[in-house]
Amino acid sequence: MADATLTHDMPAAYEPSLFGTYSKKIGMWLFLMSDSLTFGALLFAYSYGRISTPHWPTPFHSESIVNATIMTAFLLTSSLTMVLAVRAAVNKDAKTQRLWLLATMACGMGFVILHGREWTKLIEEGLTLSVFPKLAGHPATGELAGVAQTVPQFPATFFGLTGMHMLHVTLGVVYLGVVALRRYFIPVLLFFWLTAWLGTPPTSPFHYGAHVLLLAAVICSIVLWLKPKVYDSSDVEVAGLYWHFVDLVWMFIFPLVYLMSAKIL
Amino acid sequence: MEAYQQAIAEQVAEEQRHHGKAQFFWVWGALLVMTAIEVYLTYKNMPPIRMLTILMSLSLIKAALIIGFFMHMKYEISRMKWMTMCALVICLSLMLIFFPDAFRILSLGAR
Repeated sequence: MADATLTHDMPAAYEPSLFGTYSKKIGMWLFLMSDSLTFGALLFAYSYGRISTPHWPTPFHSESIVNATIMTAFLLTSSLTMVLAVRAAVNKDAKTQRLWLLATMACGMGFVILHGREWTKLIEEGLTLSVFPKLAGHPATGELAGVAQTVPQFPATFFGLTGMHMLHVTLGVVYLGVVALRRYFIPVLLFFWLTAWLGTPPTSPFHYGAHVLLLAAVICSIVLWLKPKVYDSSDVEVAGLYWHFVDLVWMFIFPLVYLMSAKIL
Repeated sequence: MEAYQQAIAEQVAEEQRHHGKAQFFWVWGALLVMTAIEVYLTYKNMPPIRMLTILMSLSLIKAALIIGFFMHMKYEISRMKWMTMCALVICLSLMLIFFPDAFRILSLGAR
């Protein structure tokens, strides 16, 4: 059968969007909905373990709660700076948009650094996973030393849930960096990778986790090489959706994991 | 981006130009205040069930503020709002089916 070509004399009017917005944004919403099920499953797994385990550890003292509160403030502030970046983008103010995006990234990095500090403290006190590198020297003798053996559900769900969220924040910072600085962000990303890799001891899970940044640098380089472009307001808005989602998830992790397992003396 | 997608994106951007900046600061302030209330309650050593109820209620309000204002869902058309939010709530609610089993383990022990 011969191929037929349809032609018509209609003007180049576009069909109205079914959901009243552009497809890139709908695509991001669909991704976020699927990602929220991932986090939903992790939060439900944590809650299941918590309910079904009589002697659930409460390892978060006042210092940890203060640390987690500052982390929350960082994320909430980053959401404000992100929304201001979107606002600058729709007003076609490229310089202000870039500054707000960089401020958002700075808050995100502050969050990751504080979270890393919290993880390191817990690992030194004995809360660990079998996949983590073994600490050098004497075994941990802190109050969490036996938790990995007696209540293995706690470290498994805690590190799984918060680690997944930390990965999302890290990738969010990379995403915003690419939108703000495009190809100029690649050397910055490689600098972050080297700093994280060389600045952490081999006994830290972050020593190996830092390679996520190297992988991200390679993928970003390929994407920017294949499709170089100037990111417009729609790209900034879609990146903002992702960033706000990361903030949103933390609004459930913070009370469920930290505040409900606090030990305030 | 194709021309018609560009046109829709420009229309969306035009609508957003009219959103006041002050409301975002109010939402940010409200989120910080609710976080402070959550932390304050932690220091009050309340019974766990009451504490969980209050914390989750505050978290839901915070989530609604973030989705509504920061993610601009408030300004989307109702078809978009209902499709995304209903699908999300239904799917997440289905996971509640696991909780009776957690209570069974607590009362009877694992078998």
